[in-house]
Amino acid sequence: MPQPLFYLFVAVMLGFGAAVVLLRNPVSSALSLVVSFAGLAALYVSLNAYFAGVLQVLVYAGAVMVLFLFIIMLMDIREEQRRRINKVAVVGGAALVVGFVVQLGGVLAGYEAGRKPLDRVPLQLTEAAEARRAAGNVSPGITADLERGTLPDTKLVGEALFTRYHLQLQMVGVLLLVATVGVIVISRREDRVVSGRGE
Amino acid sequence: MDWFLVLSSLIKISGFTFLVILPFVALSSLAERKVSAYIQDRVGPNRVGVPLTIFGAKKDFPLFGLVQPLADGLKFILKEDLTPKHVRKFYFWLAPALTMVPALLTCAVIPFGSYLNIGGREVKMVIADLNVGPLFTFAIASLGVYGIVLAGWASNSKYPFLGGVRSSSQMISYEIALGLSVVPVLMVFQELNLGMIVEEQDKNGWLLLPLWGEGLSWQRWVLLVPMVISFVVFTIAMFAETNRMPFDLPECETELVAGYHTEYSSMKFAMFFLGEYAAMIIGSGLIVTLFLGGWSIPFLPTAELAKTTWWMGLLHMGCFLTKVAAFIFFFMWVRWTLPRFRFDQLMRLGWVFFFELALANVFLTALILMIVKR
Repeated sequence: MPQPLFYLFVAVMLGFGAAVVLLRNPVSSALSLVVSFAGLAALYVSLNAYFAGVLQVLVYAGAVMVLFLFIIMLMDIREEQRRRINKVAVVGGAALVVGFVVQLGGVLAGYEAGRKPLDRVPLQLTEAAEARRAAGNVSPGITADLERGTLPDTKLVGEALFTRYHLQLQMVGVLLLVATVGVIVISRREDRVVSGRGE
Repeated sequence: MDWFLVLSSLIKISGFTFLVILPFVALSSLAERKVSAYIQDRVGPNRVGVPLTIFGAKKDFPLFGLVQPLADGLKFILKEDLTPKHVRKFYFWLAPALTMVPALLTCAVIPFGSYLNIGGREVKMVIADLNVGPLFTFAIASLGVYGIVLAGWASNSKYPFLGGVRSSSQMISYEIALGLSVVPVLMVFQELNLGMIVEEQDKNGWLLLPLWGEGLSWQRWVLLVPMVISFVVFTIAMFAETNRMPFDLPECETELVAGYHTEYSSMKFAMFFLGEYAAMIIGSGLIVTLFLGGWSIPFLPTAELAKTTWWMGLLHMGCFLTKVAAFIFFFMWVRWTLPRFRFDQLMRLGWVFFFELALANVFLTALILMIVKR
């Protein structure tokens, strides 16, 4: 990606990220977060990670934030806007941000591989394809894509999830199931109390 | 910088969006009225043509009412653009744009033709040849909810709000069925690039019509069962996603006046209208691309020929547009034939029936692929 575009998307991401915290209207905050996600997705795409970029939009901007907005719309926004600023929280938050930035700077300063610009490190697709053939050519679709000169990022993610991180994937699935069941249990209990009062 | 690439991309973007999609929107608004008229045994709009009476002639030249969309558009522009006092102005203005833009953006990954041979170079007839085609479409289409939700919320009155809430819950629910129903298709193709999916169908028979190439093998005919289930679930979920009859509850006039666009007038309303029709056209395009062979001509694998001759590419484009037009006709046919669902029926259908069916279909396809192919 050309450099001006990189800075543009970084500015979009950080600017709207700051707007999430600074704006008083919760709907504006939620929408700023959506735009910030879009900027982040663009950065993923610039790193050839199309799949991660598209998932960022599909899952976070398209599903999670819609649900957030849905809930925000149902509450009283005026009350939220009238709320006084808690000075302790602001100072604490700012301190946390400064600490995080310092830590991030420390990590990045010691990261030698990060000094090379991305266009000096070309993707070695044919070499990767040869290595895959040598290792027994487990997924022929990926090898074919590599030989054609395209990065099959979706297939690579899929392969990693279903071979190397198989157990972890299933654990996350069970975790989500537990959360779903928990939500149903909580909402049902409330329902019974209400109907009990009615009788 | 490759100027040929930049120039051809610009031509593809402007050509496909402004010379294909938008005229298709205009024509389908006319077609909707004509089709509804024929289904209800009426004549439909047949007067607007070349207004010769302005120039002193005795009679207008009617032209079968083909100029009707132009008159409609002119009417929208000339109407008063009213912004009510009680709305949240910024979001009220933002919402129509947020409905229309995602609908038009999704067309970027749909291959509307094979190759076009321009001066010895093959130009792929797709704006962005991404390896995540269907996912990109879903991602951008899922952003379309914002327009409707914001329209409902920003209007700050009851009917639009209820319409917006209904719409967002409906779209979120059916997105699950939509996403799951496309998984078996991707499992069969083992490919996420829409252009290559179509080329595969061109060579070996459409997904729903495996009658030539490798499609004649019995394996493909066994796979036809889950593919038909996928097709049905995907099409019905697409009806729900585009808020079309029989699932147009967000703007159901007997309950909600006009739903989320009750407070809108003039061109702002027209943009909602445009977004809805554009979404319908792109949805048809996606269904045609995934299940009905995209630009490919039935029984004639001609992708190679299109690389060398110029007329084959044009023929493929015509083939794609014909299929899309036929599918849009199907959308309209359904709208004017089926009665509207009740909202609880709609939600139950989405969560209890289509979600499970699509999920079971994924496993069925995996099972068949495991037994048949290995």
